[in-house]
Amino acid sequence: MSADTNALLDVRDVSKAFGSVAVLRNVSLEVKRGEVVTVIGPSGSGKTTLLRCVNFLESYDSGSIRIDGKEVGFREPGTRQRRSERDLAGMRAETGMVFQSFNLFPHLTAAGNIMLGLTKVRGKSQAEARQIAEHWLGRVGLAHKADSLPAELSGGQQQRVGIARAVAMEPKILLLDEITSALDPELVGEVLAVVRSLAEDGMTMLMVTHEMAFARDASSRIVFMADGGVSAVGPPKEILAAETSNERLRSFLARFRASHF
Amino acid sequence: MLSQILYAIPFLAQGFAITLWVSLLVVVLSLIAGVALGVGLVYGPAPLRWAVRIFSDTIRGIPILVLMFFVYYGLPAIGLHLQSFSAAVLALTLFKTAQVVEYLRGAVGSIPKGQSEAAMAIGLTFRQRLTYVIFPQAFRRFLPPWINGVTDAVKGSALVSLLGITDLMQAINQVIGRTYEAMPLYILGALIYFAVNYALSLASRRLERRFAFIRE
Repeated sequence: MSADTNALLDVRDVSKAFGSVAVLRNVSLEVKRGEVVTVIGPSGSGKTTLLRCVNFLESYDSGSIRIDGKEVGFREPGTRQRRSERDLAGMRAETGMVFQSFNLFPHLTAAGNIMLGLTKVRGKSQAEARQIAEHWLGRVGLAHKADSLPAELSGGQQQRVGIARAVAMEPKILLLDEITSALDPELVGEVLAVVRSLAEDGMTMLMVTHEMAFARDASSRIVFMADGGVSAVGPPKEILAAETSNERLRSFLARFRASHF
Repeated sequence: MLSQILYAIPFLAQGFAITLWVSLLVVVLSLIAGVALGVGLVYGPAPLRWAVRIFSDTIRGIPILVLMFFVYYGLPAIGLHLQSFSAAVLALTLFKTAQVVEYLRGAVGSIPKGQSEAAMAIGLTFRQRLTYVIFPQAFRRFLPPWINGVTDAVKGSALVSLLGITDLMQAINQVIGRTYEAMPLYILGALIYFAVNYALSLASRRLERRFAFIRE
């Protein structure tokens, strides 16, 4: 039983292997309502895989992942019986995801990208969906781009549409997967500003990022992953402190500082 | 000579109607079957993928004429007697289906995986993902080879004359048999086939332009 029943996202002992390579080893973590939890770690440490397991874009071999008490990918905790396609789609609609490579639908306008889920999944009318799309495009500063195709937008603008598409569905939790990694440095700020304003509004978020300064400022807690396991968890001040006793974390931060500052 | 050909025109028109009817049946049936099997090939469980793979590779490796004779003359051996028309349409449809499977696989396969994932992430079901995200993007890549395939189907339909079906080709041959005017009649036949296929490729180009707005 979960010690903290407040946890909106409850990841318990999740393990996953690709063939003989273990990518997640007994990962456990909790995200409470309104919390922003950031996962950092060297590449190959399993951060992105973990995030993709949370909305079951990838399956895992053992353990359980629950959102609001409901097992995400499997019918019952402990069983390996996958949910039906329809069920899975319903569960995924409860989480929003923003991708490193944006993954906007190129054949739909900015508004169309946001409206697709609203009309087909949430069952809203075109007019209502359009209104919601315009509201969120306004929130990310792109009200004037509603009818632009993704190809007509800069990377930063595309990613802001990506965020709007995810939050317009009113997900319980937002998953952000290295959402600024594919952006030119001068475009990173506008995207992070949007994330920050969502955090201020109380959106629950689990994000993977290499933006340490942003992680420090915006996170409630930071999870440091190494070799597929959780190596350290704590408030940003603690985790990012230079004098940490965690050997792996210290060398990660040292390498990080050397290459990024 | 001219009067003999003019006299034969209603007969040729009947043959032409058969040609169009065979082509239409083959194109529509193979589109439905090919898309269904193509989706199975891309997204299906392993046994289904293998089955479609074997079907497609086998059919595409057999000359269409052999396939047609096999269906008409061979299948009765296992008790399946088809009328020549059904046998011809079945054989041509099998052949065309195998091609459509490959066009679909190529078109759908060219859509980045992130598109499916983004569609999953907002909670679309498999069918919705195909309908609203994958197919609209894949359509533009599917269209050019498929239209080529349609013109091939119209041309290939001339093979049904070899099962004694009076399509345009057979009608022309019969008129030649009566009039001995081979040259003008074959030219006439060629012009008719060409006109149909040229109209198709014009239509295709217009369609492609219409969908060219999808940029990446």
